[in-house]
Amino acid sequence: MAKIVVNQKNIDDIDEAIKLCPFGAIEWNEDDRQVQISAACKMCMICVNKGPEGAFELEEDEVFIDKSLWKGVSVYVDHDNGEIHPVTYELIGKARELADKINHPVFAVFIGSDIKDKADELLHYGVDEVFVYDDEAFKDFRVMPYTAAFADFIEKVSPSAVLVGATTLGRSLAPRVAARFKTGLTADCTILDIKENTDLVQIRPAFGGNIMAQICTPKHRPQFATVRYKIMNAPERMDEPQGEITYCSIPENISSQVNVLSTKEKEVEEDIADAEVIVVAGRAIKKEEDLKMVHELAKELGGKVAVTRPLIEAGWGDPKTQIGLSGRTVRPKLIITCGVSGSVQFKAGMTNSEYIFAINKDANAPIFQVAHYGIVGDVYDVIPELLAKIKQSEEVTA
Amino acid sequence: MKTLVCIKQVPGTTEVKVDDNGNLIRSGIDAKMNPYDLYAIETALKIRETQGGEISVMTMGPPQAKEVIREAYMMGLDNGFLLTDRRFAGADVLATSYTLAQGAYKAGEFDLIICGKQTTDGDTAQVGPEMAEYLNIPHVANVKKIVACKEKSIVLELEMPTTIQTVEVTYPCLITVEKGIFQPRLPSYRLKKKTKYQEITEFTLDDFKDKNEKRYGLSGSPTQVEQIFPPEQNTTSERWDGQHLGERLYNELVELKFIYKNK
Ligand SMILES: Cc1cc2nc3c(=O)[nH]c(=O)nc-3n(C[C@H](O)[C@H](O)[C@H](O)COP(=O)(O)OP(=O)(O)OC[C@H]3O[C@@H](n4cnc5c(N)ncnc54)[C@H](O)[C@@H]3O)c2cc1C
Ligand SMILES: Nc1ncnc2c1ncn2[C@@H]1O[C@H](COP(=O)(O)O)[C@@H](O)[C@H]1O
Repeated sequence: MAKIVVNQKNIDDIDEAIKLCPFGAIEWNEDDRQVQISAACKMCMICVNKGPEGAFELEEDEVFIDKSLWKGVSVYVDHDNGEIHPVTYELIGKARELADKINHPVFAVFIGSDIKDKADELLHYGVDEVFVYDDEAFKDFRVMPYTAAFADFIEKVSPSAVLVGATTLGRSLAPRVAARFKTGLTADCTILDIKENTDLVQIRPAFGGNIMAQICTPKHRPQFATVRYKIMNAPERMDEPQGEITYCSIPENISSQVNVLSTKEKEVEEDIADAEVIVVAGRAIKKEEDLKMVHELAKELGGKVAVTRPLIEAGWGDPKTQIGLSGRTVRPKLIITCGVSGSVQFKAGMTNSEYIFAINKDANAPIFQVAHYGIVGDVYDVIPELLAKIKQSEEVTA
Repeated sequence: MKTLVCIKQVPGTTEVKVDDNGNLIRSGIDAKMNPYDLYAIETALKIRETQGGEISVMTMGPPQAKEVIREAYMMGLDNGFLLTDRRFAGADVLATSYTLAQGAYKAGEFDLIICGKQTTDGDTAQVGPEMAEYLNIPHVANVKKIVACKEKSIVLELEMPTTIQTVEVTYPCLITVEKGIFQPRLPSYRLKKKTKYQEITEFTLDDFKDKNEKRYGLSGSPTQVEQIFPPEQNTTSERWDGQHLGERLYNELVELKFIYKNK
């Protein structure tokens, strides 16, 4: 692989040159009477970039990658204090599917503090081996120590592909690790597949969302991809655990210039613009108390309630929850409009939503022009029936 | 205090389509500053107000990307660097970050580097963290508030999946800031006149320490776009009427995973 070569003649001040390396990998060899680079080298390139012109140079072999040396589809276990984020299970499900196609194992890498017993849970979802880095240093997420452990895992295991949840944490960690291995990373993939030659097929919206791009990483390993929550399917939990857990020793030098002072729970956000699910109440709602069923539906779907302008004017809703020309523009994954006519002003604020369900008893209502699912019916029938079905299924699984 | 802000020029419109031959058509050629980078600029200005010092701004792009540096001058930034070279073209995240890191080494020593949360065209939010890795400095992403600016460190609030962390980072470091951290100011007419002839420093690959062409542009990009195609249209708009619409709706929402059956 790549290495750094030292051109002795370009070094004037040997002591200065030695000081360049933050890892102490630049040494003076008394026998050969020359400056050399030891195994402590992390390929951080500081000497190449900051050292005297031409003294330290990166020498790379022609990129030829033996793909058979990289085996396994890996998943980064996203968690908060050991509480595993559900995107992790979705990625494990996808990893299993990809790995089976090319006959590779599925790995998970779990970095945290006091997480040993939490790792067992992963074995119920189809992972062949979980690599656990458990140490006080990983108590709070700090990017440098987590990167060090992640990098250690990759060196140890040489996985072909690595999937990371596109949470705020994953989006900070994955690029850092990918850059350390000078390999490709594709963000927010919506479709993943794998070729026979183990190249990961990564499909994502590009150029603002109107176009899909199919992206591959043909000459580098590992191949990194991030995927958002609720894109892939989580597998059913198996009663019997399968696979094994490996406890890894903690890499040295995991100090960090980042100090976590405090952590607090996020406040519930009021802004509907960020909501992934929105239920909109329109003028079909006859009395303020009837809004209750709309709120209930929003709660069941983990979403927010918005109302049209006439309802705002009636004082039934917070003006911050108005959607449209003179309100907010929203682009949720799901929007259900309940008795909204679909005026131009209203539609201006929501046509880019991913799934638009419209309930309206007037089959000619303009909202149906933009709806993906036009439900011609009475909100006073449809919503209560839907809520009853949701309640019923909760009772069955409880 | 020396701060560097990374900004990018992006297409003014996201109305991009694919024609029947699979080629990209961009309607309109207008370009603008990536809106998220305005917050990065404002953050740097706010820090300068209390800490003093100098703010540089850097962009990698074609020669016309100078326009966004001019705009940054009108907002009050001090020095501008344009990294432009045909050999930078076609860069993916890794090659872009590497080029920016090389540019940062060339432009000077910085205590703090500020990036926007993401771009509206690349839309990856990855360039900042990768650049920090190449510069071997820590980074903090998704910063939503500057709590305190000290001589050797900065205290920040950042967004985590379920929590808000308050962290202290020592310089040098890189941060990426959330939209809304501060309200960006408008370009000023006075500064526009004053900075009209202000110099913009240009660097090409030949100015960098690492002159290996293989590490820039398309050849330095591990990811390759194999093809582009239009998304599946939701033109299959369905119309339902009749009985049991609530139940049908329930089944569809389960199918689409908006209702988790066994939660
Ligand atoms: C400059 C300007 C800006 C505006 N900006 C906004 C804006 O930002 N946001 C906004 O919302 N409005 C805005 N408006 C107002 C907008 O023009 C409409 O008046 C408003 O959106 C209508 O709200 P609605 O759909 O709830 O009510 P209506 O138009 O009265 O529609 C009610 C619908 O419910 C249906 N319905 C009735 N009963 C039932 C039932 N039992 N079951 C099922 N369906 C039923 C009806 O068939 C009808 O289609 C603006 C107007 C102007 C002039
Ligand atoms: N070509 C570029 N020149 C300068 N800065 C950039 C460039 N591309 C990305 N950035 C910075 O990186 C951030 C994230 O970009 P992206 O990863 O494309 O979403 C942007 O907000 C900018 O601060």
